[in-house]
Amino acid sequence: MINMNNSDIGSQLRQAHGITRRYLVTNGFDGALTMLGLMVGFETAGQGVDLAVAINACLGAAVALLASGLSSAYLSEAAERQKELHDLEAALLRDLTDSHQGRASRAIPILVALVNGLSPFCISLIIMTPLWLADRGLINLPVSPFLAGMAIALGLIFLLGIFLGRISKTFWLWMGLRTLIIGLVTVAVIVVSQGVV
Amino acid sequence: MAKIRRIVLDVLKPHQPNVVDFATSLAELADRCHVKIIVTEVDKKTENIILELTGDDVLFQMINEEIKKMGASVHSIDEVEVEGRATDEG
Repeated sequence: MINMNNSDIGSQLRQAHGITRRYLVTNGFDGALTMLGLMVGFETAGQGVDLAVAINACLGAAVALLASGLSSAYLSEAAERQKELHDLEAALLRDLTDSHQGRASRAIPILVALVNGLSPFCISLIIMTPLWLADRGLINLPVSPFLAGMAIALGLIFLLGIFLGRISKTFWLWMGLRTLIIGLVTVAVIVVSQGVV
Repeated sequence: MAKIRRIVLDVLKPHQPNVVDFATSLAELADRCHVKIIVTEVDKKTENIILELTGDDVLFQMINEEIKKMGASVHSIDEVEVEGRATDEG
């Protein structure tokens, strides 16, 4: 028998799928571009940037993105869910704390906050991988670890575009290229602005 | 012990879960429980329904708990049919 029952808390959480997907892409994109900016900055700064300093700077930014993502999404989503629940309680003239709606209104902000915080954090860690590997001497890269980080960041930005293309059911390559162009324009703006300063 | 064979409730519920899921959840509470829902009024956030449950032994307390869990509330019990225990003869 196919269970189409949508009345339990699990289904309420599944209804938040669209929101979490949106946060995953939005903040994932944030994380990738932030790390891309840092990598470009370190690369154009010349040979003087110590890898340990760069790793600390990137890790600091990643943790800040995690904290920002967790707190901002939780606070905003919890406020929105509370308002929706209070409106529904007013319409139904009853307390919904112990109902599926009440439990979902408490669980969804946590789920959304985790996605919003962890997506930029994980993406940042992936982009930092060449820096760690080079710092520990585990790998001999043919290019500088910052250039490798930039390549990974642009690759992830391209993948996020493909993911968006699949969601919107548009041509995946076009969406991937669009987000990649945004990444490349960001790189160009950073390089030009550093030349000006 | 007397058993409820049929009960008709006036219920106020939110739009989610919809009436199909609402009825399915209640029907799954007991074997051979027949659930009939008539939507009588639709508001911006709520809807009024007439909920009719028929079965060998309709457990009102359990039904009421499930209704509450789904965010709805029973306004009134409009009809009820109860059958008493058969007495042993001889």
